[in-house]
Amino acid sequence: MIRVNGLSLRAGAFRLDDLSFEVPAGGHAVLMGRTGSGKTTILEAICGLHRLAAGTIQLMGRDVTRLKPAQRGIGYVPQDRALFGTMSVRENLAFALRIRRWPRRLIEARVRELADLLCLGELLDRTPAGLSGGESQRVALGRALAARPGVLLLDEPLSALDDQSRSQMHDLLKEVRRHTNVVTLHVTHHIEDARQLADQVLLLENGAVKCIAVDESLPSK
Amino acid sequence: MIRVAPGTVDPSNMPRRGSDGLFLLALSIIGGLYVLLIVGMLAADIAFLRPSPSTGHALNAGQALAAMAGKAVAPLRRPEIRFALRLSLLSCSITAILSVFFAVPLGYILSRFRFPLRGLLDAVLDIPIVLPPLVIGLSLLILLQTPPGRFIERHITITYAAPAVILAQFTVACAFAVRTMRATFDQQNPRTEQVAMTLGCSRFQAFWLVTLPEASRGMLTAGTLAWARALGEFGPILVFAGTTRFRTEVLPTSIFLEFSVGNLDAAVAISMLMVAAAVGVLIVIRFVGGQGLAAGAVRR
Repeated sequence: MIRVNGLSLRAGAFRLDDLSFEVPAGGHAVLMGRTGSGKTTILEAICGLHRLAAGTIQLMGRDVTRLKPAQRGIGYVPQDRALFGTMSVRENLAFALRIRRWPRRLIEARVRELADLLCLGELLDRTPAGLSGGESQRVALGRALAARPGVLLLDEPLSALDDQSRSQMHDLLKEVRRHTNVVTLHVTHHIEDARQLADQVLLLENGAVKCIAVDESLPSK
Repeated sequence: MIRVAPGTVDPSNMPRRGSDGLFLLALSIIGGLYVLLIVGMLAADIAFLRPSPSTGHALNAGQALAAMAGKAVAPLRRPEIRFALRLSLLSCSITAILSVFFAVPLGYILSRFRFPLRGLLDAVLDIPIVLPPLVIGLSLLILLQTPPGRFIERHITITYAAPAVILAQFTVACAFAVRTMRATFDQQNPRTEQVAMTLGCSRFQAFWLVTLPEASRGMLTAGTLAWARALGEFGPILVFAGTTRFRTEVLPTSIFLEFSVGNLDAAVAISMLMVAAAVGVLIVIRFVGGQGLAAGAVRR
């Protein structure tokens, strides 16, 4: 689970104070809010990429507030995907496993498994430069999931996709959830994403997080 | 008030017909003059090396070119010039490697971290670029007269020896490499490094496995730029390393020595060798580093 307690963040003139919310184990929460309301900053804080002014963060029952990003057991898909341009798709997928010094045989098996799950089999030897938006999104997702993190953090993963790729990604994310049971915090501003995927909607508004039911009247974008 | 029938245009209400042609002409003339200066300079060098028509028979283009190339490399038959060429190539290569080695961490620090006195560090790194070359040579000379400098000199002779050539070149060239590396890291997406850290990397691993491979073209550009800068360096070398044949003579020194004894042929010939090297460097920077980096290195 993800438990954020009394979180305060500063970024220049921007500030968020005393935020608390919780995503239960196996849950898929969608974090919504206006552009510039601080959604990405919250994800970065959970990743350990942003210093906290106050508060604590627990992931899977462990207090990670003072841990480095590497030790938090997370998979992070940033908005711009940020694939490793000097590596092939295969190497991108294997990266977290190489860092963990998995044996080569296990890395190959895991890459194969991810490629099957995310339909990347054909692309393994390509470099990220030539991939379409949907393809690079799937690679970024695979790279984040490779080391079987307990927590998956998605920053507008579907924002740059056309409607067809979008509904494919919805199916894919449901599939991923069935397979991995990873707890997901998903930043989006598309209500359709929330309807399709979320069992919890967190609305970031006026510097506070409100938890609302999925079927409740969602704000218009 | 002028009344104009509906559907017609009142010519007096239009702006005066512009003279775009004149403006474009002025741009071309002003720009063209400078380009003419550069091209003219090189053309004059080449013309200087052209075989004189007094040889009697007319030469075809190929023969003329061969004769010119022969004249350009003629000084290389002299052992002292061959020594200068070797020392130039060796010292520039060492300088280029050293410059990249120091420029990578400095460029990375300036690009990624915000800290007190960062502006001061940035300014200090520009000093070698704006300082007059002779002043750099003199300052290096004085630095090695200080107690720590003398301590080093007791173990390794620097002043008026080959190490002085390298140190003088490095002092200037590294500042250019730092600018290039900083532009390189500025252009990178810092997200990739952050993602690498969430995937289990330490800061160093993220830098080594993700950031540095992505900076490889920038490193090549920085090294090439430093190499070219070092090849042309003369002022600091003159003061700090001297102009001793078979000891501290590099190609610019050769040009200076040949010129000072009135041997213009040899001076121009060596110059043409250096022009060829400069053209090679330009080609590498254009095609490997990309225009963004080359411009970033100069403008930041």
